[in-house]
Amino acid sequence: MVRATAAVATPSTQSRHPRAGVVVPAIIFGLLALLPPAALATAHGYLLDLFTRVMIFSIAACALDLLLGYAALVTFGQAAFIGLGAYAVGILASHGIGDALIALPAALAVAALFALVTGIVCLRTKGVYFIMITLAFGQMTFFTASALAPYGGDDGLTIASRSTIAGMPLLDSPLSFYYVALACLLGAFLLCRMLVVSRFGRVLRGAKENPVRMTTLGFEVYRFQLVAYVIAGMISGLAGFLLANATEFVSPAYMSWQRSGELIIMVLLGGMGTLYGAIIGAAAYLLTEEWLSGVTEHWRVIFGPALVLIVVLARGGLIGAIAEVARRWRGD
Amino acid sequence: MSTTFLLVQTLNGLQLGVLLFLIAAGLTLVFGVMDFINLAHGVQYMLGAYFAVAFYSVTGNFLAALLLALAAALVFGIVLEFLIFRHLYGRDHLDHVIATFGIILFLNSAVKIVWGAAPLSLPIPEALSGSILLMDGLLYPVWRLVIIGSGLAVAALLYVFVNYTRIGMLVRAGSTHAPIVAALGVNISRLFTIVFGFGAMLAGFAGVMIAPILSVEPGMGDTILILAFVVIVIGGVGSIRGAFIAALLIGLVDTLGRSFAVDILRLVMAPSPARTVGPAIASMLIYLLMAVVLYLRPTGLFPARGR
Repeated sequence: MVRATAAVATPSTQSRHPRAGVVVPAIIFGLLALLPPAALATAHGYLLDLFTRVMIFSIAACALDLLLGYAALVTFGQAAFIGLGAYAVGILASHGIGDALIALPAALAVAALFALVTGIVCLRTKGVYFIMITLAFGQMTFFTASALAPYGGDDGLTIASRSTIAGMPLLDSPLSFYYVALACLLGAFLLCRMLVVSRFGRVLRGAKENPVRMTTLGFEVYRFQLVAYVIAGMISGLAGFLLANATEFVSPAYMSWQRSGELIIMVLLGGMGTLYGAIIGAAAYLLTEEWLSGVTEHWRVIFGPALVLIVVLARGGLIGAIAEVARRWRGD
Repeated sequence: MSTTFLLVQTLNGLQLGVLLFLIAAGLTLVFGVMDFINLAHGVQYMLGAYFAVAFYSVTGNFLAALLLALAAALVFGIVLEFLIFRHLYGRDHLDHVIATFGIILFLNSAVKIVWGAAPLSLPIPEALSGSILLMDGLLYPVWRLVIIGSGLAVAALLYVFVNYTRIGMLVRAGSTHAPIVAALGVNISRLFTIVFGFGAMLAGFAGVMIAPILSVEPGMGDTILILAFVVIVIGGVGSIRGAFIAALLIGLVDTLGRSFAVDILRLVMAPSPARTVGPAIASMLIYLLMAVVLYLRPTGLFPARGR
């Protein structure tokens, strides 16, 4: 399995333009920063909400890419952390605590704790067992949330108002919420980027290519993976905090296994192991969903086979496909 | 009431376990032999139920509907294998997950288009409806006993099939040493197709049998799929015996946990928090069980030899 993952990632790494790692993220964040003035000027204000959502899922997708693309940990329970972060906001709000200075640390702490406890068990397993056990822990949080009758159970929990930041209602206007989400995405992206290029990230990547060799070199791979798992969980918890505030509602559906699957699709769609690919993938997925669901209520009938085709035909996601086209264009 | 209730819930747990086994058996075979993660296995269970409803409305006969639905499930499984899965063997597990996830999205929606989003139902055959008095004060629906019986019969047949037939021998060999089996001149790709179609048929059978007591609706396979995964992970991927034992274990633990969690918690805490915490604990139980099993034995209870 480790071998196969490497085989998927390698071609796109080689064919990518050397400066793509700087240029593409700069273009992405530049466009995201310029979107609100453009949208408001052309009276497309709804784009703000849509792209806030895109950025929130991009944060979670970046975290997932850290695990999928750099540590070869195929986790199928990432949505659980989004849900935990969201429920931290919802439950605190229902007790009258609506400030981000308390809710955000709580969301991060809950996500970190859950990642630590489940990570200790999950990371003992490999390959298919790892996929299944993360899936099962994700389902566990889903069913637990569904059984939480005092906090809405199946129906979910409505949040009376968005979190304040140190008493100021900074998240209330769509515009300021948009820029808060953008700042969070930038922070999450840069953090992941730093981790990936650091010694820590090199150990993770080394363990992805050849865990036995890294162990022989004296690295306790398990510990590095556990730390990565906890960090990815916390970043997803941040996404959950933002999602709860964006929708002013939390529900068990946030942590369904289908949601975890969608996150994996976002990462793969953009191109695994690049981090910015996760952002492109999240945008592509959510915008396609938005567009197709406007065309027909049965949009999944189109979307499902498209996914199968992408997997069968295009390796390396959208970025890989673009790099491939660019390579042919240059005549390599 | 307590003993009777316990017996009823044990039978219910057994029935869930048998159902899980029917689904997990195909899943674990496909895993074991082809190293392929098939998330779409749950959809095949759903399709089995829908096929049965459709054929019943044409023939008006449960047995005919059952046989036709099984044939349809088999054909459908083989077609899926031929069109899509065949191209994904040997690829990364992640590719399996995404492709089969796409199939789930498609089929759940397609079913909605063809049969509508409203739940459908399949009547219990006349002769097997009603309840039977098992002992004093214990009335139990005949159909549930039929499910248990037929599930156990399939398990026995499967045991004979895998252990005492030529194809079974190839399946066992293929699950541990597929390249060598191929090198010995066995048409491994035909074996894969057979195993896949057979697994799809078993899942379809589970869907038909459960259709009379559950509502047949889009997405009905998604939850049971996760339970089936828990079963094969606990049992050990690729092991039919492990799947059988783990399926019964999960069925019993889940059913009994849900029935008695509140009562047990009331022994140690006040009734009102017990009523709140009980259901949450009950729904976590099987996942905790899985976590404990995997912590102690990372490859499950009965790992297939050679892995």
